[in-house]
Amino acid sequence: MWDYVKLIVLGVIAVCAAIAANYAHDLAYMVNAIVVMLAAGITFLWVLRHTDEPAKASTAEYNDGVVRAGVIATAFWGVVGFLVGVVIAFQLAFPSLNIPGVEGILNFGRLRPLHTSAVIFAFGGNALIMSAFHIVQRTCATRLWGGGLGWFVFWGWQLMIVLAATSYVLGGTQGKEYAETVWYIDIWITVVWVAFLLTFLGTLIMRKEPHIYVANWFLLSMIVTVAMLHLVNNLAIPVSVFSSKSVSLFSGVQDAMTQWWYGHNAVGFFLTAGFLGMMYYFVPKQAERPVFSYKLSIIHFWALIFLYIWAGPHHLHYTALPEWASTLGMVFSIMLWMPSWGGMINGLMTLSGAWDKLRTDPVIRMMVVSVGFYGMSTFEGPMMSIKAVNSLSHYTDWTIGHVHSGALGWNGMITFGALYFLTPRLWNRDGLYSLKLVSWHFWLATIGIVLYASSMWVTGIMEGLMWREVDANGFLVNAFADTVAAKFPMYVVRGLGGVMFLTGALIMCYNLWMTVRAQPAKVSAGSAVPAE
Amino acid sequence: MDTYSFLRHFADSWMLILMTALFVGVVLYAFRPGSRKVQEEAATSIFRNEKRPAPDVAGSASRKIKEA
Repeated sequence: MWDYVKLIVLGVIAVCAAIAANYAHDLAYMVNAIVVMLAAGITFLWVLRHTDEPAKASTAEYNDGVVRAGVIATAFWGVVGFLVGVVIAFQLAFPSLNIPGVEGILNFGRLRPLHTSAVIFAFGGNALIMSAFHIVQRTCATRLWGGGLGWFVFWGWQLMIVLAATSYVLGGTQGKEYAETVWYIDIWITVVWVAFLLTFLGTLIMRKEPHIYVANWFLLSMIVTVAMLHLVNNLAIPVSVFSSKSVSLFSGVQDAMTQWWYGHNAVGFFLTAGFLGMMYYFVPKQAERPVFSYKLSIIHFWALIFLYIWAGPHHLHYTALPEWASTLGMVFSIMLWMPSWGGMINGLMTLSGAWDKLRTDPVIRMMVVSVGFYGMSTFEGPMMSIKAVNSLSHYTDWTIGHVHSGALGWNGMITFGALYFLTPRLWNRDGLYSLKLVSWHFWLATIGIVLYASSMWVTGIMEGLMWREVDANGFLVNAFADTVAAKFPMYVVRGLGGVMFLTGALIMCYNLWMTVRAQPAKVSAGSAVPAE
Repeated sequence: MDTYSFLRHFADSWMLILMTALFVGVVLYAFRPGSRKVQEEAATSIFRNEKRPAPDVAGSASRKIKEA
C-alpha cells in the first residue's frame, strides 16, 4: 500500500516538474525543474521495480548500507569540491583562466559559491550525515530508526547538491554567503533536514544504552541549530512560483545581521559542533581508549552552545551595525577561545599513554593534526574578531587563510581520519590497503595547508597594510590594482598548496578503493556472540 | 518604552542572569557527587556493541526476570 502512495506522489512530482520547466522564467529554474523531473522519474522506476518486495531489514543488524553510501559520497564530493577550489585559486592568479567562451557560467563569480557549497555542504554535509548515522547506531546499540528514512536523507541530500550546483553556474543565487541556494532548494533542504532530525531523534529514543554519549549531543545540537538558522535566514517571498528569484523579508542592516548570525553559526554548529561530535567518537575509537575527561566534554559542549550563537556580529565590525552589537560579538568570540581549547585539550589528551601510536598509525596522526588545526584556528578566530585586529584583517585574504586552516585542517583532516577508520570496518576488510599511502596523504595535505595558510597570512597582512597606507598629506598611497598585482606570487603558492591537498585526497580515494577491492575479508576471531 | 529598548534592556539584564545561572547550574551538575561512575560508564560505551545492536527482547526480558 505504502509503495502505491509513493508511486503516486513521485508521478505527480515528475509531472509538476515538467510543467514548471515549461513555464520557467529563467534558465536556472528550468534546469532545476528538469533535474527534479528526472530524479522523481528515476525514483519512480526504482520503487516500481521493488514494489511489494518483503522487507528484509532486521533489527538485529545495524543499517550500514546508508553509512557506506555516505563514505562514497563524502570521498567523491570532497574531490569535486577541492578540484573546483584549485580551479578558482588559479583563476585568481591567472585571470585569463576565466575563459571568454564560457563567461557567465565558469568564471570565478559563478564557481566560487559552487566551491564553498561543494566543500561545506556536499563534502562536510555528507561527512556529518554519514558519521551521525554511524555514531548514533553504535552508541545507542540499536538499528537506525525510521526504516528507509535514512536513505531518503542520503538521496535527498545528493539531490540538493546537484540542484544547487546546476543553479549556481546558471546564475541562481540569493546573494547570501553560504546560503546562496534559491528558495525552492531551501524548502527541499528543510524537508531533508527534518527527516534527518527525525531519524536521529528516533534512534536516540529507541536506544538501549542508558546514557546518550556526548558525540550525539554535539551532533543533535548541530541538527537542531542548523534547522533554526536555515529557516530564519532564508525567510523570503518568491517573485513567482516559476522563478528562482525571491525577495528577502529583511532589509538593510537587519538583513546583514541575520545573514551573519546564520553565517557564523553555520561555522559554529555545522563545521564545529558537528565535527566535534565526530572527534569525540572517532579519536577515542582509533586510539582505543576512552575520551580523556568526560566531565570536560560536558563543559565543552555547554560552553560552546551558550557562547557560539552570539559571535556573529564580529563579521560586521565598522558597519551600520550598532556599536553594542559589534562589541557583544567581539566579547563572545574571545570568550569562545576557552571552551574551544578545552575541547582541543580533551581530544589531544585522549592519546595520553598512547602517544607511541602517533609513530605507527598515520590515521591517528591525521586526527591529531586535525585537532591541532582546530586549536590553531580557534585561537586565530577570536584574535581576528578584536576590532583593532579586524580593521586590518577584514576584507583581506587573511580571512580566507583563516577559513581554510579551519576547513582544510580541522574539518578535512578529521573527515579523512573518519573515512580511513570506517572503510575497513564497513566493508569488513582486514585493515587498510596501504598505510604508506595514508602517510603520503597526510604529508601532502599538511604541507598543502601550511602553504595555503602562510601565503594567505602574508598576502592578507600586506594587502591590509597597503590599503591603509597614506602619505604625508593624507592621500592613499596605493590603488586597489596595486595590491592585486603585489599578491600574484602568494596566489600561485596558494594554488600549489591546493594542488597538494587535492593530490592527497585522490591518493586517499585510490587507497579506500583498493581497501574494498583488494584487501582480504576480516576473519573475526570469535564470531559467536557470548550468551548473556 | 519602544520594543527595541525594552528587548535590549531585558536581554542584558534578566535574560543574561538566567543564561549565566543555567550555565553555572549545568557545570555544577557535571561535578555532582557520584557523577564519575556514570560518566566512566558513558565514556566506555563506545567500545560496546561494535558489530551489531544490543540483543533486544532476550536481553531486556532476562533482566526483567532477574529483577523479579
